[in-house]
Amino acid sequence: MRLAVIGAGAVGRSVLDLAGEYGHSVVAIADSESAAIDPEGLDSETVLARKDEEGRVGSADPDEAIDAEYDALVEATPTTLGDAEPGFSHALGALERDRHVVLANKGPVAERYGDLRAAERASTGEVRFEATVGGAIPAISTIEDFGPDHITAARGVLNGTANFILTRMAAEGLDYEHVLAEAQDLGVAEADPSFDVQGTDAALKCVIMANVLSGNGEFTLADAEVEGIEDVPGSALELAAEDGRTVRLIGEATREGVRVGPRLIPEHGTLAVSGTRNIVQIETTHAGRLNLSGRGAGGPETATAVLSDVGRLG
Amino acid sequence: MSDARAHTVRLELTDEPGELLNALRPIADNGGNLLSIYHERGNLTPRGRIPVEVDLECAPERFSGIVEALREAGINVIQAGEERYAEAVSVILVGPLIETDLSDTLRWFEECANLSVLDFSLSAPEDDRPSARLRLAAEAGGVADALSRVRDLAAKKELLVIEPQLDRGAEA
Repeated sequence: MRLAVIGAGAVGRSVLDLAGEYGHSVVAIADSESAAIDPEGLDSETVLARKDEEGRVGSADPDEAIDAEYDALVEATPTTLGDAEPGFSHALGALERDRHVVLANKGPVAERYGDLRAAERASTGEVRFEATVGGAIPAISTIEDFGPDHITAARGVLNGTANFILTRMAAEGLDYEHVLAEAQDLGVAEADPSFDVQGTDAALKCVIMANVLSGNGEFTLADAEVEGIEDVPGSALELAAEDGRTVRLIGEATREGVRVGPRLIPEHGTLAVSGTRNIVQIETTHAGRLNLSGRGAGGPETATAVLSDVGRLG
Repeated sequence: MSDARAHTVRLELTDEPGELLNALRPIADNGGNLLSIYHERGNLTPRGRIPVEVDLECAPERFSGIVEALREAGINVIQAGEERYAEAVSVILVGPLIETDLSDTLRWFEECANLSVLDFSLSAPEDDRPSARLRLAAEAGGVADALSRVRDLAAKKELLVIEPQLDRGAEA
């Protein structure tokens, strides 16, 4: 397939880098200021070298990438809340041209699921968004394969930064501020970590799963009950440990809604993944639980989910 | 232990040295994790023995093995499984516990029908927010309701609740 990649951050770059290995070609890539276009397929090394050296992928206008001749648009711009722009319009534009859309951007799927599905119904193009939940973990496609009617809940550890902080606090007996600073030094937490530690990122992923579970249901971040980890003190982790338990930021999606917050779980239980690892636990009606754990973030990891989606199209 | 469930067994022990230990060993030996022991030394059963209530946690398929092992060890198991307080869960409360009147909080739990506090631990370091861990026993199927009442209390007292992650399959 011919792909147009919008967004040249870690995910967009990895999609460009890995597409050839999956038998696809990237005919256009855009960052916020520029675009590189080649109907014959871009050379990833050339484009990425230019991005590194000049801070831009090419000399064309970003809109030219959106208008290029492609089969599927890969939307990998940063997640935005509310109207989910410009990601939503990028997706809409592709669907109006009867092209497929593969999203790595959570905004349109979490905040405007109904609008997105309506645009898909009016198009011969399809929308896929495996990469929006749990990085490389095939959460969405597993829910779809089982059929949402046969699943009662999907829950898990969906934010590596929060999980890293809680894991370190419990293991080292350190307080939140100390571990956060360490995580920032290691590049595990961003300079402004609020999106991760306040539970917003995990909540968006759960909202997306709740939307898939409920079919036509339309949840947004505003419907989620969210508590972050900033107020979890070391003393709580100690008390949990005395009882053979630990604390993790767990998000849960059901047909009824979304809840995210610090939860007590068995210390050596399935959900107690360490460090930046993620896990999605799917509760089925007839087959017990299914646990999928793996890398929940990162360029190549998320690009792997994007390219798996591309393979499911058509 | 991810599938572990809390169970309560009610035992009847003779008033002899080492009897309690005898009763606990088969639990540990058969994969049970002891959560709490309530030894009612002042009370006697109709047969003149001492009632002991043990809360334990184990994988569901192990529970019958534990009860069997207790009986093989000569322990009289009065009740196992379908108990009045069939489910035990831990919650942690964080925040101004002491300023918001800890004894009032505990009284609130005591006054809750269908809910009892099995165990309470407080950690109040000088340089950090205090936390308390409560082990609660609820009637069968009553855990979700108990937790929603704990959330109401916490909202009123501006406390953070760290709830146990419930298994929906088990709740249904």
